This record gives sequence, structure tokens and C-alpha cells, in this order.
Amino acid sequence: MKKVVRGFYSIAYSVKLCRPDVIAAYPITPQTEIVENLAKMYADGELGNCEYVTAESEFGAASILVGASATGARTFTATCSQGLILMSEVLINAAGMRLPIVLVNTNRALSAPLSIWNDHQDSMILRDAGLMQIYVETNQEAHDMVPVAFKVAENPKVMLPFMINMDGYKLTHAYEPIDLLDQEVVDSFLPPYDPPVYMTTKNPLTFGCYAPPNYYAEFRVVLQNAMERAEKELEKAYKEWAEITGRDWGGHVVTEGVEDAELIAIAMGSLTGMVRNVVSELRNQGKKVGLLKIRTFRPFPAKEIKEILKDVEKILVFERAVSFGYEGPVGMEVKSACFGLTPEFYSFAVGLGGRDVPGEEVMKIINEVYDGKVKQGFHFGTVKPFEEVVV
Amino acid sequence: MVMKITLGGVSKPHSSKTMKTGDWGTEYPVVDEEKCTACKTCEYLCPDACIVVVEKEDGKKVAVPDYDYCKGCGVCFSVCPAGAIKMELKEIYKLEVC
Amino acid sequence: MINILVEVRFHGRGGQGVVTAADILAVAGFKDGYHTLSFPTFGAEKRGTPVASFLRLSDKPIVSRDEIYYPDYVVVMDPTVIGPVKVEAGLKPEGKLIANYPKGSEDLKRAMGVDFEVLTINATKMAMEHLGRPITNTAMVGAFVGATNVIKLESLVETINEWFTSKELAEKNLKLVEEAYNYMREVCGW
Repeated sequence: MKKVVRGFYSIAYSVKLCRPDVIAAYPITPQTEIVENLAKMYADGELGNCEYVTAESEFGAASILVGASATGARTFTATCSQGLILMSEVLINAAGMRLPIVLVNTNRALSAPLSIWNDHQDSMILRDAGLMQIYVETNQEAHDMVPVAFKVAENPKVMLPFMINMDGYKLTHAYEPIDLLDQEVVDSFLPPYDPPVYMTTKNPLTFGCYAPPNYYAEFRVVLQNAMERAEKELEKAYKEWAEITGRDWGGHVVTEGVEDAELIAIAMGSLTGMVRNVVSELRNQGKKVGLLKIRTFRPFPAKEIKEILKDVEKILVFERAVSFGYEGPVGMEVKSACFGLTPEFYSFAVGLGGRDVPGEEVMKIINEVYDGKVKQGFHFGTVKPFEEVVV
Repeated sequence: MVMKITLGGVSKPHSSKTMKTGDWGTEYPVVDEEKCTACKTCEYLCPDACIVVVEKEDGKKVAVPDYDYCKGCGVCFSVCPAGAIKMELKEIYKLEVC
Repeated sequence: MINILVEVRFHGRGGQGVVTAADILAVAGFKDGYHTLSFPTFGAEKRGTPVASFLRLSDKPIVSRDEIYYPDYVVVMDPTVIGPVKVEAGLKPEGKLIANYPKGSEDLKRAMGVDFEVLTINATKMAMEHLGRPITNTAMVGAFVGATNVIKLESLVETINEWFTSKELAEKNLKLVEEAYNYMREVCGW
């Protein structure tokens, strides 16, 4: 049933259909309406036997989910920016304990200076945490990816936390028509969670045991292997989702017009739609440009990306974060995936801290790179003139 | 204009004083000095420290709103035990359509 | 190809329902068969700060999520943001500015020094009469629908009925919508 709803609600609704057992969240800023909506559903008795726990911090929320997940519960939380960073210690543990917690991160910038607005700095910092990470372009995609996230996270071959990244404000606060899923569809796609190992009061266990140097490396190998399996399992889940719902969001990456492209623009998240628009406009003008949308960021689909980029002359990455002291994180990954290829490489950090990225800016950047007017390497998008002072 | 970016995002105190928020509200509080008992309830509860009891020249103490910063929330009006504060609609909203 | 694309920008202050206005029209527009998208932009999250929100209506799915720089319509919920905020920025020459401005359209045109179509309504007064509170969003969506013919009144009425969970509040807002709508029809001579 298609309905105009807010981005937050589309996620909460989808989570409800996944029949979670435990939801824990810190209810104050930087929290989102996702858990606010879920709290209301819980209060209205719509979440069945689900426990909804209000935590004293994001650290607490994630810790509650680690405990719950270890008992075999299907777990969910949502957070963003500082909240995600506060959760990070626990989430890294959850990955090591192989607990399939699903969280939605509504991407926002990090302090300082204080910002509540959208960019990808928060999730990029968790790049190496052992969480699966995908970035969605629309609220419909976000709505659809929640069951996929549970399915892959809880897959016995995977058993890893899953983070869905959706752009704060740009998606979360937007009202748009969403084809809300039916319970039967989700039930047919997502089986109940069948944990390979779980503890009870009668069967106490230690999760994340002590691993001295003669054990630790092997645990890490196992984690890396799980991520590699996750790449295949996620691909399968994407396909199965497309078959069941008829909505095909593509695989780890989605391309448009890359076959004959001299320049391929790379984007993630809500900016992709805009880049797609500009690319198709430029193609109509006869320019050989293409789009590569990266959906899965961890596990990183490096081979696929290299295959797509193998003959292209110029790569242009639209970044939403910066790895200070080097360049944009997505560009770094793309470059390392392209090892051995020799295209020109450009990356632009745009929309930092919620700065709007108008179509004109995207058009200007692509044109300038296409026409060879910019130096190779990393750049910032629109920056106003400024001077540095002490105070 | 070239913006100034301070080291560490440091700013000096009282920067909020340059931001006059008095035009934000639709209504503003008016104190009836006869009824005001200078009990300071409004002063304690104003979320923006915008109403303060002061001593006038004749020695009488009354609550005085700071219209430069008052956002017209009406908390003072709600809490005044003496009923000495009322909220009035600003002139700009009162005019009839020509 | 996109045949229809209507872009509307809303200005006002936090607490007046600027964001909700765009959202209500996104729901109402969808009932009329449009693809719709509404989203806000925030300053500090405080009651009273100038806020803007955006609405796109199209016959095709909407993929652009950037802010609206060249609106077809601008709706201003509060007279006091005119000046501090350049509400008319980028308004298309054939566009309309619909403002809650009690002194009337001629006065506003003079004050802003513009010559595109300016329509005014005393929405604060109407809101105070019907709701007892200066929340002008429902009056202004009524005025928008009355002044533009983009969305049907019936769709808006249906949306308002669904939006407010309290029946009493819905009825009060409906009266407000209808009064603003009728007022604008009269002003526009429709």
C-alpha cells in the first residue's frame, strides 16, 4: 500500500514487520524519530512480545542489545553522529562476538564544531569496526533494506552486526510516497532468528572470551572470512528481495551509462539521485559520463568496482566525509580497488555538515573534471572565502 | 564578506547578545505594575532570563521584561501568582487587511 | 521526461508549523496523483528561529533532494521573517508569493521592491480566531491551495482530517483552511 510517510516512519514500520524481540535506544538527542515511532508502536501493543528498553546512553543501548542478542533475541536500534561514536566500543565488540544486531544510522556530522546536520563522517569512522555497512538512496530503499539486513546479519554463515546508513534530514525528515510492505511478504522472506549459539540462565556462556596472542589472530581471520561470505550472502539476499517484492535495488553496486563512459562519477546515499539526474542530462548533451552507485560499503565490493572502472579514463568520487591527513574515505577505497589501473582520479568532499549540494554544483564539478579543468586528487566542494584567526 | 574561522571553533562569551530574539514571538508580556508583588516567580522561571525584578526610582520593585530578547513564550504569564502579567498580540499581527 | 514539476518553498519561524505545512501538502498532492517530496531545513532547533521547508510535486518520481533555489511559489507563514530572510530569493518571474502579511499586498510589494504577483492574507488573525494560537500553517496551506489550483481542496480536506488525531482539532483547522481558501479565491477572482 503506497502512502506518504516520513522517512523515520518508513524505517520503524519496516522494523515492526521484522518482529524484533528487543529494541534498546537512548531517547535524547542525537536520537531519531525511528525509535520514537517504535516506542509508540510498543506502547500501543503493536510489537507483540518485543521488549523496548530506554537506555541511559547509546553505550548503554548497544550494551543492552549485546546482552539480548547473546540470548538469541532479534535486536534493533537506531542512532547517529555522536550517538554512534559513543556506541562504537560496544559495536566493535558485537562484531567480535558475532552478534547480528541491526542498526539504522541516520548519518549526521560529528563535533566539533557542533553540528546536527547530515554528512557521512560518523559511519565512515566505523569503517573498520566489523559491521556490514550499506548506504541507501531513498526512503523506499531504506524501508526495503531492513528485512534484508536482518536476513544477512542472522545468516549462520555471516553472524555480524549490520548498519543501514540513511542520510539524516535529506531522507529521514522527508515525506514521500512509500510502498509499505505487507507482513506476509516480510514473513516469507525473513524466517525467525535461529541462533547457532545462545545463552540462557540454565546454559550460561561467555561471549568474546579472552584471546591471548596465540589465539587472537585466528579470531580475526574468522571475522574477515565471515565478511567475505557476507558479500555473497548479501548479494543473494538482494536478489531474493527483488524476486519477492519486484523492487530491484541492484547488487552491491548499480551503474548507469558506464559502458562507453570516459568519466564515471561515484556516489553513495541520497546524493546519488541528483548525480544520476546530472549524468543523464550530460549524456543527452553527448558527453560520455556514467554513474556508479555504491550500495554496499562493507564488505567492499572491490572486484566488481575494478571491473566496472577498468577502461575508464577518469574517476570522480563524491565524498561526504574526510579522512583528515589524507583524503575522502570512499575515494581511498575505490583507488585501492583499482590497483593496477591507471585512470585519472578526482574526489570532491561535498555537503559536509549538512551544506546543501545543489544540482548546479554537481553539474559544475562533473563538467570541470570532464573538461580537464581541475587538478587530479582530493578537493573540497563549495567553500566560501575565510580567514583563520585565533579567536 | 570573508568569514572568520577561529582556532578550535572558539568563541567569546555573550555572543548571544548580538542575536536579538525579541522579534521572534507573536505575543509579548505586559506587567501590571500595580498588581506585581515582585515575588520573582517569573524571574526564576523565565527560560531566557528575560524578565527581572528591578527597583524603580520611587523604591517600588516590579518585574520588567527585556523586549530585546523575550521570545513571547508566555511562561511568566502562566506562572504569575498575582495575575499581574498578560500577553498581548504584537501590532504587526493586529492590522486589518487593506 | 518530467512534464510537471512544481516547487514550493515555505518560510516561517519554528513552532508555526512550517515543516508540517509542506508535509500536509505532500500528502494532499499524493492524493491528487502527484509524486511528492517534502523536507525541511533547520537552523538551531528552537522555537522562533527562521525555518524553511520545501515541497516538490511532479508527474515522475522525484530524485532531486537539494533545496529549492528557483521556486514556483513561495509561502511565508510569518510577516516578521520578511526582511531578515530574503524570502523572494530565486522566485520565478511568473511565480507567486503568498504571505501572511496583514498590511496587504500593495504594501508588501512596496516594502520588498518587487513586481511579481504577491498575495497576502492575515493568517495570524484567522488562526487566533479559530485555534486561539498563532499557528498559521493550516491557514497558509488553505491559502496556497486557494491561490494556486495545484492541489484540490477536497484532497487537502481529506488530509487535514487524517492528520489531526483529535476530531475537535481537525474541525477547527478545517474551518481555518476553508476560510483562508475562500479568501484567496476571492482575492484571485476565481
